[in-house]
Amino acid sequence: MKLRDIAHSRTGDKGDISNISVIAFDEADYPLIEAHVTADRVKDLFHEVVHGEVARYEIPSIGALNFVMRQALGGGVTRSLALDAHGKCLASALLDLEMPDIARPIQAA
Amino acid sequence: MKTIRIGSGAGYSGDRIEPAVELAEKGDIQYLVFECLAERTIAIAQGAKLKDPAQGYDPLLAERMLAVLRPCHEKGIRIVTNMGAANPAAAAAKTRDIARSLGLEGLKIAAVSGDDVLETLKSGDHRIEETGEPVSAMAGSLVSANAYLGAAPIVAALKAGADIVITGRVADPALFLAPQIFEFGWSMEDWNRLGKGTVVGHLLECAGQITGGYFADPGVKDVAGLARLGFPIAEVGEDGSAVITKVAGSGGAVTTATCKEQLLYEIHDPAAYYTPDVVADFSQVRFTQEGPDRVRVAGAGGRPRPATLKVSVGYIDSFIGEGQISYAGPGALARGRLALEIVRERLALTGVAATELRFDLIGVDSIHGSALSTAGGREPYEVRVRVIGRTGSLKEAQRIGNEVETLYTNGPASGGGATKSAKDVVAMLSALLPRELAKPAIEFMEA
Repeated sequence: MKLRDIAHSRTGDKGDISNISVIAFDEADYPLIEAHVTADRVKDLFHEVVHGEVARYEIPSIGALNFVMRQALGGGVTRSLALDAHGKCLASALLDLEMPDIARPIQAA
Repeated sequence: MKTIRIGSGAGYSGDRIEPAVELAEKGDIQYLVFECLAERTIAIAQGAKLKDPAQGYDPLLAERMLAVLRPCHEKGIRIVTNMGAANPAAAAAKTRDIARSLGLEGLKIAAVSGDDVLETLKSGDHRIEETGEPVSAMAGSLVSANAYLGAAPIVAALKAGADIVITGRVADPALFLAPQIFEFGWSMEDWNRLGKGTVVGHLLECAGQITGGYFADPGVKDVAGLARLGFPIAEVGEDGSAVITKVAGSGGAVTTATCKEQLLYEIHDPAAYYTPDVVADFSQVRFTQEGPDRVRVAGAGGRPRPATLKVSVGYIDSFIGEGQISYAGPGALARGRLALEIVRERLALTGVAATELRFDLIGVDSIHGSALSTAGGREPYEVRVRVIGRTGSLKEAQRIGNEVETLYTNGPASGGGATKSAKDVVAMLSALLPRELAKPAIEFMEA
């Protein structure tokens, strides 16, 4: 299963810092996401793009995580040479993370 | 309980025009807010003002005002916007002229200034946040320094009876917080309510990004009607409770999912969202779907405001030159790679002085880097070569695009659609300024 099957995501930018939210479609899946989508895993995924620290914030009231990645935008949105200077496309890459399959109750016909 | 309805008429300077007209005509709103000032826009506007003292405000101000002034006047809707950019007084004068040309009388327009702190920053002992360098060390390259003002001067303008309030740099959520403070008589030290009002502002400030824009992912997250996307309305109560909605029949959707994405957009620590008015706490926010396109927001809070204001500092950073060319069909990828190698060698051979260079293949690995991009496996049918570099002069920057363009007659077979550009780069850094050093001022005009 991919993270994209159970979560959605949006990227934001401030200076050279990119933040990516990971939001469970169903808040019941939040504990699984919290357990498997760690700051280390995100840092490893973006090792070619993000050169600074990756911090993770938990917002269980909406079933979401927020990753804050430093030195992530080519020196900053206003001077970056990158095609996607804002890093707006980063969210889509994060949703491609592999997740353990979960058993879902079969709906009665 | 008293409630007001605030509409968000633009999420950035170039945003669509007609959703705001729809809000004014059919939104049953009392306030229409336009957030149009990106980080760098004010530095560029400062340049325009230096060339012509009547310029330096948002380039779409006239078009937006022409579209909404009449319906707003007829329905008694007040307008709040940061379209004043580097020159709120000139923007107010332009708005007054447009109102007169439309035959609208008695409109009171306020221009809020005082965010320009360039001279203050240059003269004092202040440091750049990102580098720790003293501001004085970059005095020669500085083009602008604007403090993020809070809601107070907008509230004062509304109290004085302004129908339209035009500001320069103001914290985006403050544009929305100010009408709430004014209407409900909130204290400027009621941190809990200011926190709630700031969340409403944060949710609305990017306009269509909470009504289904920037959200659609076909088959996973479908959104209908994006070509006629409706912009958001917040229905706020005097206790700070709020519902996000939009005009019935407009495109898009307001769901708990669209609200959650926007809540975390451009947020770092959700428990400490710094603004000039309050340190807002988003970490306990909950959303409830109360009906179609109606989502209730609850649980936000706040703590006392910071002693300093963030200042956005614009400076001439460098020059950037870029060239692109496409290859398609069998062998496109190999021809694209050969093209990159040729340009790389040419830039070295001809001695182009670049401090930073990028060689991208658009359609292959230009966005996420090579490791992530190879996961797909299949060779693309077409690729676009992109070479971009940073230089110390415009002339040097132009040489980069030239070396891509000359691939037409000197490079791999069947390259097409070459483009090139060179420009100076006004980049932004930030500083913190004791808040008492920024002195907001309000000027009134009548149509």
